[in-house]
Amino acid sequence: MDILFQGDGALLADPSTGHARQFFADKPRALIDKVMTVAEAVCRFVHDGDYFACGGFGCVRIPTAVLHEILRQGRQRLRFAGHTATHDFQLLCAGNGLGQGQTLAAVDVAYVVGLEARGLSPHARRVMESGEIACTEWTNYTLALRFKAAAMGVPFLPVHAMLGTDTLRHSAARVVACPFTGEKVALVPALYPDVAAIHVHEADRYGNCRIRGPTVADLDLARAAKRLIITCERLIPNDDIRQDPDHTVIPFFCVDAVCEVPYGSYPGNMPYEYFSDEEHLRQWLSAEKDVEGFRAFLRKHIYDVSDFTEYWQRCGGLPRMQELRRQEFLLHRGL
Amino acid sequence: MSATYNAMELMICCAARLLEDGKTAAIGTGAPCAAAMLAQRTHAPHLVILFEAGGIAPQLPTMPISVGDSRSFHRAVMATSMADIMETCQRGLIDYTFLGGAQIDPYGNLNSTSIGSDYVRPKVRLPGSGGANDLASFCWRMVVITQHDRRRFVDKLDFLTTPGYLTGPGAREAAGLPPGSGPYRVITDLAVLGYNDATKRMEIHSLHPGVTLEQVRAATGFELAAREPLTTTEPPTPTELLLLREEVDPHRYIIGRCYTGHS
Repeated sequence: MDILFQGDGALLADPSTGHARQFFADKPRALIDKVMTVAEAVCRFVHDGDYFACGGFGCVRIPTAVLHEILRQGRQRLRFAGHTATHDFQLLCAGNGLGQGQTLAAVDVAYVVGLEARGLSPHARRVMESGEIACTEWTNYTLALRFKAAAMGVPFLPVHAMLGTDTLRHSAARVVACPFTGEKVALVPALYPDVAAIHVHEADRYGNCRIRGPTVADLDLARAAKRLIITCERLIPNDDIRQDPDHTVIPFFCVDAVCEVPYGSYPGNMPYEYFSDEEHLRQWLSAEKDVEGFRAFLRKHIYDVSDFTEYWQRCGGLPRMQELRRQEFLLHRGL
Repeated sequence: MSATYNAMELMICCAARLLEDGKTAAIGTGAPCAAAMLAQRTHAPHLVILFEAGGIAPQLPTMPISVGDSRSFHRAVMATSMADIMETCQRGLIDYTFLGGAQIDPYGNLNSTSIGSDYVRPKVRLPGSGGANDLASFCWRMVVITQHDRRRFVDKLDFLTTPGYLTGPGAREAAGLPPGSGPYRVITDLAVLGYNDATKRMEIHSLHPGVTLEQVRAATGFELAAREPLTTTEPPTPTELLLLREEVDPHRYIIGRCYTGHS
């Protein structure tokens, strides 16, 4: 097949299915207890230089505790899948340009820097505009498709997007003519993250997971990732999983660590559990405007905090969480 | 009717009127969402809304903050994956998408990636494509809602994030994008614009009440033709305004975000 066009963006992770199969050949399959703390999970499974991805949709069902722990443990030179990334990207950027070394070295960009309707993150802008992070451009769907290719165990998938644009020019996609129809398609390479973190509603101690609400790209991400940290709102007995196996969306053998983290998506939204804390997210955006102020804000909310529970306790504790539960169920509107 | 209204209210009404009953629309938060909600409450009760994170046909109680938050699938028929939504678009089932951007060019191409000539050290780093490139590639008709000024309406984009008609007639098809898809309307605080069938360049369809052709051209950084006969945009009806203010956006999150000078 002739390559008709090739983007000049760097390929930030190895798309080889053969190498991935070699890795998965040695991945433990045993039904063993994987419950541990977030600190232990990050210590064992997130390494300097890793390609990291996280689940959810920016401020919805994100593994906030893992992101905090990555900053606290000072992980360096990560490559990151900037897929629908908002508060998650904002958090990782806090490890750059503030005297904590360089948490992020390279990003596959689909959506970063912004927090949707809330505006752009001033610090993420500073970091991205400094040129210290290598970027390759993609789109939300094509990054999801790259996870899907990896989850399928194939080296690429075709798509009718990106064509004709600078997004394609700055990507690592390639354009070919379909051997069956002659249609031009962009081929996007499989993306196997070294490690991913996904926040779910319920998991058993072995890592069988249930998710409610949109799954975004997480079912493919869970299967594409070489190592997977699950944080969950609640641990449930394995017997519950076995009573109702059609609710399992991630099977245990994809999972390396299971961490019970109530309110684990805070300040993001967790469908059917609690709404996003818009006030606290505004505080983040406002604190970032001034570098010194932001350092103090990070000390208060991340670096001088022992774990995630202490974080949300500093942000209003249980009364605040109850208010966010009321907002989630629209109870504050008298419904 | 001489009800007073602001530019954002008029833009939302224009966008709502485009959406036909029984069609499908992949939308984002903000003005597009308000337009879809208004359309459902007026002439298009069977308009199907989809959000890229996975919500299908929600009955929106209030406007979502994120295209993936709990509102985006409230009383929906399905909460699925992003790939499922995007693949539904790619299969050809989605009629409309609403997009925005920091810059738009005469062919309806959009920039939401960066401002400045140096990609590595941009003057402003913007979020990137998000789902915009996918939706503009796959959906039949792309509608843009944006403020109208020379900073946004430029002859040459700093970065072509999302495809409009690219370089003109036949360019989308030559690039491999689905035939028959492409930009449809641009709704601004000054006018409603469409695209010339032959040249695929943007042209003015109607001027908002009180706005002159010269004013629109002065706010546009490229040559802009006007379709004949050039009409005046129908102002919002009292019913549209009532629904918009009391049901769609009672807290004025969107309609309170008024662009200056044209109310």
